[in-house]
Amino acid sequence: MPAPVIVARDLVKKYQDFAAVDGISFEVASGESFGLLGPNGAGKSTTMRMVGAVSTRTSGELGILGLDPDVHGPEIRSQLGVVPQSDNLDTELRVRENLLVYGRYFGLPRKLVAQRADELLAFAQLEGKEKARVDALSGGMKRRLTIARALINDPRILLLDEPTTGLDPQARHILWDRLFRLKEQGTTLLLTTHYMDEAEQLCDRLVVVDKGTIMAEGSPAELIRAHSTREVLEVRFGSDHNAEVGARLARAQGADGHRVEVLPDRVLIYSDNGEAELVKITEAGLRPVTSLVRRSSLEDVFLRLTGRSLVE
Amino acid sequence: MNVTTGQSTDAARAIAAGRRSRRWGAWYVTEHRLRMMRTYTGTVVIAGIGSPLLYLYALGVGLATIVDANMGPDAVDGVSYLVFVAPALLATAAITVASEEFTYPIMLGYKWNPTFTGAAASPIRPVQIVDGVVYSVIIRMLVNLVLFYALMVLFGAAPSPVGFLGIVASLLGGLAFGTVIMGYTSTLQEDTGQLAMVQRFIVLPMSLFSGTFFPLAVFPIYLQWIGWISPLWHATELARVFSYGYAEPIWLTLVHVAYLVALIVIGWAWSRRIAVRRLNS
Amino acid sequence: MTGATEQDFAPSSIRPRPVRSLYAGNARAVMLRGWRATASTNWLVVVSGLFEPIFYLLAMGIGLGTLVGAVTLSNGQEVSYPAYIAPALLAVAAMNGAIYDSTWNVFFKMQFAKLYEGMLSTSLGPLDVALGEILLALLRGALYAVGFQLVMQVLGLNLSWWALLALPAVLLIAFGFASAGMAVTSYMKSFQQMDWINFIMLPMFLFSATFYPLSVYPQWLQYVIQAMPLWHGVELVRGLTTGDVNWGLLWHVLYYAVMIVVGLVVTTKRLRALFLD
Repeated sequence: MPAPVIVARDLVKKYQDFAAVDGISFEVASGESFGLLGPNGAGKSTTMRMVGAVSTRTSGELGILGLDPDVHGPEIRSQLGVVPQSDNLDTELRVRENLLVYGRYFGLPRKLVAQRADELLAFAQLEGKEKARVDALSGGMKRRLTIARALINDPRILLLDEPTTGLDPQARHILWDRLFRLKEQGTTLLLTTHYMDEAEQLCDRLVVVDKGTIMAEGSPAELIRAHSTREVLEVRFGSDHNAEVGARLARAQGADGHRVEVLPDRVLIYSDNGEAELVKITEAGLRPVTSLVRRSSLEDVFLRLTGRSLVE
Repeated sequence: MNVTTGQSTDAARAIAAGRRSRRWGAWYVTEHRLRMMRTYTGTVVIAGIGSPLLYLYALGVGLATIVDANMGPDAVDGVSYLVFVAPALLATAAITVASEEFTYPIMLGYKWNPTFTGAAASPIRPVQIVDGVVYSVIIRMLVNLVLFYALMVLFGAAPSPVGFLGIVASLLGGLAFGTVIMGYTSTLQEDTGQLAMVQRFIVLPMSLFSGTFFPLAVFPIYLQWIGWISPLWHATELARVFSYGYAEPIWLTLVHVAYLVALIVIGWAWSRRIAVRRLNS
Repeated sequence: MTGATEQDFAPSSIRPRPVRSLYAGNARAVMLRGWRATASTNWLVVVSGLFEPIFYLLAMGIGLGTLVGAVTLSNGQEVSYPAYIAPALLAVAAMNGAIYDSTWNVFFKMQFAKLYEGMLSTSLGPLDVALGEILLALLRGALYAVGFQLVMQVLGLNLSWWALLALPAVLLIAFGFASAGMAVTSYMKSFQQMDWINFIMLPMFLFSATFYPLSVYPQWLQYVIQAMPLWHGVELVRGLTTGDVNWGLLWHVLYYAVMIVVGLVVTTKRLRALFLD
């Protein structure tokens, strides 16, 4: 097995007394697509900044491509592509110029940068926009331009911090498609997200992060298997009744060994057979306003691990 | 297993790839800044030629008419008012460029359109970002100063053959003021009018009270300190020494140079420090 | 809020537009909003603007004055150099304040904050907006003028009782520049174009008999300067504060009256074309 490209051991980042990252360990293999999943403020972005060699760790060990970011920051960054949470394109320059100046930051010859810029504009589906002002682009286009910019140095590892936050569904799917292609080409991806569907789509393996520590690790399927049931029954009894009925269900179903989560707007019953549970409930004389049987998702894993919803 | 052996082919490739940026990174930033300035080349050139023309004519010819009429042809310092005031206008031009390029563009780079954060994610180091910005402003300043000096010669306002050294004096003055202002701007998280205040309570009084339009000696001694701390006064006096052989003791000339260089060193180092703190925390 | 109904904002092709659709008599609302925004964010910046002419007066009037001596006015009267430039600085302050408020400020609101679109979708008409902004600029101008005249009084630079009329004169000047400035701004598209306003302001400031009489210039240049608005403002205020008063001053007043009317008409038309048609 080849050496991992990212190794973090007991990584800690403190701001004064507050530990944004509190002892995180993980490894990412070459070509792997690895996710940090967690709510806002979990410490994902801080971890990303340390891996990106723009934030010095307080303690612990960190190796990127076998190098220490404290010593070899520029060398490590020469091998990274970074897509930050909020776009920081140069709005005073045109679309193509943004790629040109950024490519030069890596010490690449002008001719090579120009050639790659054109290839990447095609990859990012921004042909015809070369001379457009950055401000005139849509949110999805700006994001794709930022990704194109991150690829200008042909990076070994691509860091994506909340890549699709704030985009509409269509723009998200276009972006996922592009990222999927990169994955197929063997680029190592490290991404943070608080969207389950994104993590399930893009990550081979992920860690669930909360309050600066890792709660669980594995592939999406492994995590679901380990921390949830095959199916989930979601029932709603109306805002005024969820809590009361939920408590009753928790007693009844709990006796059957099923986990019940009572949320303000709905009640979740974890079971390998959701339909059967629904029958049981209706036989008990309860009439849910709506009911839905679905597969377990990472959302359920997170709820199980932290007792909280991911997106609040 | 040690996580940072540095032995792999990946590591070797990274070390090779980082070499150019370690060495030339600041210049890549300069390249970027100059490209940005190109979007307002028209303004730079027209302001670069237009304002010296206007100032030289209005003050050096217009105002000079009544000053010389009142004080005689050797109006001030034994030279005509035009010759007296021209080096001050030259140095002021450098201050103007500095107060444009080291304020809002810095705020822009850190916050409004964070291109500095973008650069910091590449192999460029924070100190190189600061250096690159300074280099680009030096280039723009030189363009403006050379244009200005050429017009001074046309107006007959630069009698000495070594008058062109006034360009260097002005450059030092502009950078001395500019790097310190850059340091200050870098510390701002938010602009709630501080930059306008700098313009109003530092740049404007400085350009008026630095022995520019009249000798500092006109003021009572208790107001002259304004000139002594002003980089513009030191740059102007220095430019006057070169331009028309203004007589001052040699130690004072050395003090001008030393003071300006000291400010540049302090301001530059301060800006670098804050850049490291803000971009690598 | 009275009067204006949705019908008032119908395209002009449908029926002739009554004044009512342009002006809902509520410029006050626009002013109030501007005043609140200023007060909450940068009142210190606004107040500090008063210091600009004072710095100039101290430096040029008193410092440079030692080199210049006295200046002879057109009526043969000799005045000290500070008394000569103070009225000019007053006129310049009025111009600067009005231009800043009516150009940069308005440009920003139009292009970025999209403020006017919001305002014009209420019962406010374009003339409310234009007048509101301009009156706000005037208020600021008045603040500077009163402050600066107090400084002049303390330094003994108001040489005549006519100086009392300098305040309305300054407001007239500010009104003229504000309405013209806003008219010009309504045509502007980018920051680069906005820079051109500075290229016009700088020579006006330097050449309009601000720091020395026009007589030092060749005749043709004098004509050019006399066609510019600032020169009329400087002459008007200077006449009043030095007591060099004659019927000729009314020409300057007329110049500004025309400037105000033209500026207002153009601004209102432009705002209507931009946001309502």
